Amino acid sequence: MNKNLVAAPMNDQGGAKAQPPHAQMREWRAWGLVVLSALVWWVAWNSLQPLADWITYTLLGLSPVSALGSSIAFFLYDVPKILLLLTGMIFLVTTIRTFFSAERTRQLLGGKRQGIGNVLAASLGVVTPFCSCSAVPLFIGFVEAGIPLGVTFSFLIAAPMVNEVALAMLFGMFGWQIALIYLATGLTIAIVAGMVIGRVPNIESGVEDFVWQLSVGKTSSQPGERMLWSERFSVAWQSTREIVGKVWPYVMIGIAIGAIIHGYVPANALAGIMGKDAWWSVPAAVALGVPMYSNAAGIIPVVQALMEKGAAAGTALAFMMAVIALSLPEMIILRRVLKPRLIAIFVGVVATGIILTGYLFNFIL
Amino acid sequence: MEIKVLGTGCANCKKTKAVVADALKEMNLTVPVIEVQDIPSIMAYGVMSTPAIVIDEKVVSAGKVPAKSQVIEMIRKAQPA
Repeated sequence: MNKNLVAAPMNDQGGAKAQPPHAQMREWRAWGLVVLSALVWWVAWNSLQPLADWITYTLLGLSPVSALGSSIAFFLYDVPKILLLLTGMIFLVTTIRTFFSAERTRQLLGGKRQGIGNVLAASLGVVTPFCSCSAVPLFIGFVEAGIPLGVTFSFLIAAPMVNEVALAMLFGMFGWQIALIYLATGLTIAIVAGMVIGRVPNIESGVEDFVWQLSVGKTSSQPGERMLWSERFSVAWQSTREIVGKVWPYVMIGIAIGAIIHGYVPANALAGIMGKDAWWSVPAAVALGVPMYSNAAGIIPVVQALMEKGAAAGTALAFMMAVIALSLPEMIILRRVLKPRLIAIFVGVVATGIILTGYLFNFIL
Repeated sequence: MEIKVLGTGCANCKKTKAVVADALKEMNLTVPVIEVQDIPSIMAYGVMSTPAIVIDEKVVSAGKVPAKSQVIEMIRKAQPA
């Protein structure tokens, strides 16, 4: 883990330079704390299953074959497992993110063309700190810097879709292969959709006129550079606590709904409507997912339960992507800078990409 | 002194405003805190990630909800010695 952090891209400014002794001490202490926490994390991770079993079967005296016993053991194992994973993953990602900022990303994307620009924008979308509430200033900042619209869209699609919460949840519930597939397809959709949108004739006219007339102030500060490791860790820990604090109720609700589906929906009940053979189920899943507003934490346990009951992998993936990547609140925010025509193009292109991905996975898996 | 909180009205922007108010209270200062929500004005500061804090027309923080101690530090630095 430590190696990865040191090798994080664009580490030209960070790292320890000549510092006064007390700062040096703080650096060592911060690293010590992180290594110690990683150890504690590892021990906790490995004692999850025995602990859940012990509480359920020994402490509560439930039988492993009873429905109640197995579901309680499942819940006691799953919830802390996901929370542990989320905490570790988010800390890692937010530490990497301290090397990036919206301003820096804009600088990196400036002067890039379609194509390479889209690839770079989608990748930066994963690591740049982003909150949908600042989508508008970010959009304007990008456009003003002369970054092509298609490249800007690649960023705006990737940033919410491929996020650390989704990756940690997928990793926890489906394994690393699925998490990796999600990362790759999410990036691909963002890149291709951005390229398609960039090639729509006269696309600039879809942006509200006032955007082109704005005068943007010079950005002076570039947060994210020249930080000590102790500062990076403290920033990362603060955002980790914030994100986990926001997301854990969704995890609980999601896992609870998943458990209910797990227990009460008969096996293969969904094969008819969400199985591979129902060709219309992929677009239907996307149409259902777009207006739904949830985050990855809430939707992934539900998706897992759906798959258990016979929903096809591609259909489930498409549903999940539609819920996470396209949401009504985000559209409303973007409406401040985009005309309805461009919003429609944006939703249409991304939804089409998700549907195609769904079919692809139903076909190959 | 004048403090502005730039934001598009999101939850984090409101949190930032509350942190600033808290910091001022702790320092026993009465400084007007203005919430700037309209986009052209926000963009005029060259800020791309909200919430941002502006003290006396200078951007001191962007893209995060700072801790109270950090805000106190920012205000101290902006105060004439």
